Amino acid sequence: MQLEYFQLIDRIIDLSVDEHRIKVEARIPTTSTVFEGHFPGYPLMPGVLLVEAMAQTSGWLLVAMNRFERMPFLAAVKEAKLRNFVRPGENLDIAASLTHEGSGYAMTAARISIGGKLTCSASLTFSIVPFPDPVFRDQMMVCAKQIDFPAEAIAHG
Amino acid sequence: MSTFDQVANIIAETCDIPRDTITPESHAIDDLGIDSLDFLDIAFAIDKAFGIKLPLEKWTQEVNDGKATTEQYFVLSNLCSRIDELVAAKGA
Repeated sequence: MQLEYFQLIDRIIDLSVDEHRIKVEARIPTTSTVFEGHFPGYPLMPGVLLVEAMAQTSGWLLVAMNRFERMPFLAAVKEAKLRNFVRPGENLDIAASLTHEGSGYAMTAARISIGGKLTCSASLTFSIVPFPDPVFRDQMMVCAKQIDFPAEAIAHG
Repeated sequence: MSTFDQVANIIAETCDIPRDTITPESHAIDDLGIDSLDFLDIAFAIDKAFGIKLPLEKWTQEVNDGKATTEQYFVLSNLCSRIDELVAAKGA
């Protein structure tokens, strides 16, 4: 996880385009300038970044479903629950599944667990549009390799 | 319950708009003030209620290309006609 670059996902563990679900893992860094302000002497992972981690997890699922031809952009966050403090160095297991696929938008349910315990959850809505810039798409492909995006997941069908 | 009543109820609940202000002649955007993000929630509820997939991208493209007007899709009586067509096509 590179907080300063907003790259919150370390590795895709499981991705099924057919079953519309994904699991990823991410480790909160032990140090970051983010923790200097949030909070002094009591570092905690900001809740908005946990929501973002769930959004990025959902985003990789949706990007796979759209075969890297269209990009999901977070449009709405509902029922976000942050059940426990999340501290530097903790390992997150993040899962997301598609709850509805509309025309130009999609909805997912996402959750973060730590050590098997549900820590965060949210219902997310995404607007899905063609990549606005080819450089953007190329960079997503590079990032996909870095997080072990399973190319075979979109190789057929 | 008619298609219009179902859609009007969905809009009232989703956007917190008084049900009695929603008429078949209402334009979802111009009269009811529903923005594109709120309309996604309405589309979701309509998709679920009627077992269809409102072709929002196609409609938006047609409006942007000048091939259709927003009234054709977003005046509720017209929207309900489109829904009825999609439901009929699904069962065909």
